[in-house]
Amino acid sequence: MNQQTIIEIRSLRNSFGSHVVHENLDLDVYTGEVLGVVGGSGTGKSVLMNTILNLRYAQNGSIKVFGTEITTAGQQTISKLSRHWGVLFQQGALFSSLNVRENVKAPMREHTNLSNTMMNELADLRISLAGLGPDAGAKYPSELSGGMVKRAALARALALDPQLLFLDEPTSGLDPIGAAAFDELILELKETLGLTVFMITHDLDSLHTICDRVAVLADRKIEIVAPIDQLLHCQHPWVREYFHGPRGRAASNA
Amino acid sequence: MAIEKPMAIADLQLQVQTSQDKITVSPIGDWLILDLPKIEKPLQDLRAKADATKIVFDLSGLGKIDMASAFVLSQLISSSPNPNGDQHFSGTHPYVRQLMRAALENSNVCPIPPAKPHFVDILIRIGHAMEDMWEDLVGTFAFAGRLFQTMFRSLLHPKRLRWPSIFSIAEEAGVNALPIVVLLSFFMGAVMAFLSANLLSSFGASLFTVDLVGLSVLREFAVIITAIILAGRSNSAFTAEIGSMRMQQEIDAMKVLGIDPFEALVLPRVIACVLMIPLLVFAAMIAGLLGGALVAWLELGISPSLFISRLHSEVNIQHFWVGMSKAPVFALIIALIGCRQGLLVEGNVESLGRRTTLSVVQALFAIILVNATFAMIYMELNI
Repeated sequence: MNQQTIIEIRSLRNSFGSHVVHENLDLDVYTGEVLGVVGGSGTGKSVLMNTILNLRYAQNGSIKVFGTEITTAGQQTISKLSRHWGVLFQQGALFSSLNVRENVKAPMREHTNLSNTMMNELADLRISLAGLGPDAGAKYPSELSGGMVKRAALARALALDPQLLFLDEPTSGLDPIGAAAFDELILELKETLGLTVFMITHDLDSLHTICDRVAVLADRKIEIVAPIDQLLHCQHPWVREYFHGPRGRAASNA
Repeated sequence: MAIEKPMAIADLQLQVQTSQDKITVSPIGDWLILDLPKIEKPLQDLRAKADATKIVFDLSGLGKIDMASAFVLSQLISSSPNPNGDQHFSGTHPYVRQLMRAALENSNVCPIPPAKPHFVDILIRIGHAMEDMWEDLVGTFAFAGRLFQTMFRSLLHPKRLRWPSIFSIAEEAGVNALPIVVLLSFFMGAVMAFLSANLLSSFGASLFTVDLVGLSVLREFAVIITAIILAGRSNSAFTAEIGSMRMQQEIDAMKVLGIDPFEALVLPRVIACVLMIPLLVFAAMIAGLLGGALVAWLELGISPSLFISRLHSEVNIQHFWVGMSKAPVFALIIALIGCRQGLLVEGNVESLGRRTTLSVVQALFAIILVNATFAMIYMELNI
């Protein structure tokens, strides 16, 4: 595997008041890999993602994305970086006053000066690539089902052909067929475009099928980062329970 | 063969060579969406003019390419009978043909009806607005009916009233509104005194300032100021609270648990408002009179004791009761409209905003209208 790092986190500390979420957290994400992040509820998976995206300031430590230090970066640097990453939030976070096509056009409108016709064509391409039918373009987020919201949000996340994609529980709330199709779509994107994916997930099937490595968040830091077949032999009690519980076994046998 | 358009722009280039039976298009360098605007114009020209069947891509000079750029290139040959065929390509690239294939498979256009405002549409909108207004009026009365029904049932079983919730709303909507109500009413009283002092002293009748301030504050200003502040402050809060509860499906959860949202949400708000607003109006009256007395003292030299004795002798107590009699009615209007609009919120953010606006507008409208009706009734009754 190409060992070039795209995200580099060193001794990160995050806390809410006296409640420490992360302490001395180190993590490397390599270019072109799909990294799954797992951890129990409340271990700060989303907090970690928000810190990398500069939505939250870290108390301490350094985070480098594309070689740029995020923790001290100004607004302009972040804006430049944001052209190269796409984010799929857990609830989709589509702009409710815009229809799906306009949602997908929003990043292009902000960062490029393509003509409107071209943006429409490109937006329709993303909508179709994300697995939505052409009639979805005119719909508003409130008219979409949960699965369609995820797809539309993915279409928006991919609007600028980012090199780095953040996914927060992309398959939660999808039916198994939809979830499998979503996994396949991400795998396809990774293989054709060389996308790097940082994915928070609880979906054991996704972990098995598409993740190159899995990072386990426990005890305020990244406990282990390893390919999934190595994690299956890990002795950490939480990891053992996670992957060898009834659901974990079912997924690894599949 | 002549080189037609050499485009030297940073690393991204498009070269087009035209000959008898083919048009060779050579994308050179890295093709990424952020650079695409630079090359958009020549690409569009090419797409409009060139015959798709003759186009051949020379891929040998192409570096990195992303989906958007692959899509743009694929559009040049989309009308060819076999756009994925080898005749359209020369040279090799690790993945561009895969991307272009995917782009062609996904190049369907979303039909979006264009928004064209038409004269008839304006009339239709006016008609709809009228209809909505009527429906809103009927709906508000129906809601009031439902409320009285619930209230009656709850009064028969007073244990079912939610006192903790009534008290917390009474604190939030009543006690916490006290400073602003008192302050604004004080200034209204003062302004009233200033105006009448200027006007009446030119007739040598400046003592009548007391009558005018007393009458206007007791009869109209105190209650109107309070109602307007509460319409902006509590009515909108009711709509937003209940509306976001609806968005989070909390109302559905209540219904499923057998809790009547009317009893749990609407009734406590109505009761809290009907209890608190008369008290606020009373405080507003005192503050307004204080403001008037202060100005009368400083500007006209009417001492506070003279002000009070004149108030006693000239301003009938019935003006106080006229003012107070409106307070519970306005309280009802504020709570009712706020709660009703909150319960009408649908699952999206826009509807929450629209309902909150509507709620404040309707409440203000209703307050002014009802106040005018009161004025007419009391005038006919000679009160």
